[in-house]
Amino acid sequence: MSTEKLTGIADCDIHPTVRTMAELEPWLSRQWIEHFRTYGALRNTQYVSGAPYHKSQPNASRRDAYPPEGGPQGSSLAFLRTQLLDQHSIGFGILNPLVQAQGVRNLAHSAALCRALNHWQAETWVANEPRLRASIVVPYEDPEASAEEIRHWAGNAAFVQVLLLSRTSFPTGNKRYWPIFGAAVEAGLPVGIHAFGNSGWPVSNVGWPSFYLEEMVGHAQTSQSGLVSLVVEGVFERWPALKVVLIESGFTWAPSLMWRLDHAFRTLRSEVPHLKLLPSEYVRRNVWWTSQPLDEPENKRYLADMFNWLGWDKIMFSSDYPHWDFDDPARVIAFPASDEDRRKFFIGNARHVYGA
Amino acid sequence: MARHVVAPAAEFPPGTRRLIDVDGRAIAVFNIAGEYFAMLNRCPHNGGSLVEGVLTGLLQSPTPGEYEYSRQGEIIRCPWHGWEFDVRTGRSFCSAVRARARQFPVHIEDGQTLVEGPYRAETLPVSVEDSYVVVEA
Repeated sequence: MSTEKLTGIADCDIHPTVRTMAELEPWLSRQWIEHFRTYGALRNTQYVSGAPYHKSQPNASRRDAYPPEGGPQGSSLAFLRTQLLDQHSIGFGILNPLVQAQGVRNLAHSAALCRALNHWQAETWVANEPRLRASIVVPYEDPEASAEEIRHWAGNAAFVQVLLLSRTSFPTGNKRYWPIFGAAVEAGLPVGIHAFGNSGWPVSNVGWPSFYLEEMVGHAQTSQSGLVSLVVEGVFERWPALKVVLIESGFTWAPSLMWRLDHAFRTLRSEVPHLKLLPSEYVRRNVWWTSQPLDEPENKRYLADMFNWLGWDKIMFSSDYPHWDFDDPARVIAFPASDEDRRKFFIGNARHVYGA
Repeated sequence: MARHVVAPAAEFPPGTRRLIDVDGRAIAVFNIAGEYFAMLNRCPHNGGSLVEGVLTGLLQSPTPGEYEYSRQGEIIRCPWHGWEFDVRTGRSFCSAVRARARQFPVHIEDGQTLVEGPYRAETLPVSVEDSYVVVEA
């Protein structure tokens, strides 16, 4: 097995954050600045003002990722350059900011915060670092405003995808969200769906789990539900050119889900006559996955089977920097893989999906 | 293994830690309540920098709902994925995995018996009466 040293790696999941929410004020009207200072920006997370689970590391981030100049992990472009881009030979990195903007219950406030966050990404990150690209964050519970946000930035080379979260208030493929998918296709942008969300629903479909560990593994289950919804509602039939990237959702579940979907579809197709292809054919045509956090079976070769079943052209490297469950590109493929497959995984697939 | 000076003991008090370089190898050295421990600063799981981890205790549960917390401050938790290692043995407590942080013996020696370490002359000038912290690596 060769282990070709790759440079110009694509990292499809980087999380920049603000030092404080005041960083967004240059792009907010006086009304929203005062609103935030007075009332905050509540999301659908009952009983708590922040995330529903305490994370295992501060800010859910690596303890060695605090910028030397202060501020939370991921808040310094200079330090991100050094610790991520330079150290790990990242040549193309996609920003997915999980700052409180998407999922804010006051929909007009959510739209204002998303607009500000998009300016912040483009003008303080991408404009100063040619290796980075941004994601258009949208106020997804207001699909028309989301479509308007996508149209506003369409054609701006700083942005390479539209960002949604996996737990919206209705299943991802529900027709109420279709303006988002339509606008993304019109703009020629993939829709990245990152695990997590502020929907009011628990991460599990059997209620609120007691432990953070359950939330960590539950993301895979919610992403499966979202993918089933996208397929069965006919989103991919309506927009054959739509590219969906499932981010931080796991993917080893995908082959069995496709087998199960096809099996059920063959007996129930009269219920969903709008589907012209097998469910697995839509998934293979329209969906990609990012790798982190990669499952760690005792026998690493089992992962090679998963990559082969799903296809090396479908999975893209992501680090999740600066979050604590970061994957190091030098160590992530711990099983025999050809140089050709590794180049697809680390570079080629992202170039194809994001047009980089 | 050669012996290398880490620091004068007086300048390396309990509750502190240092990251040293020995022939290109990064080694984390801890003073935990007066005892010194050293480990290769590379988590065997995925390479995280152990010196930046939290020192915690050993939390065990003989049965769901019962908890036993012991050995406070003797378990290093990796700052990335949270793997935990015993600073005394380097062993991980997750029985399903055989990861083991590589450790090195550390002790205090009198000044006269020291092998000249890479840091002593340049950065840590002290008199022979003092004790030095030495790492074998």
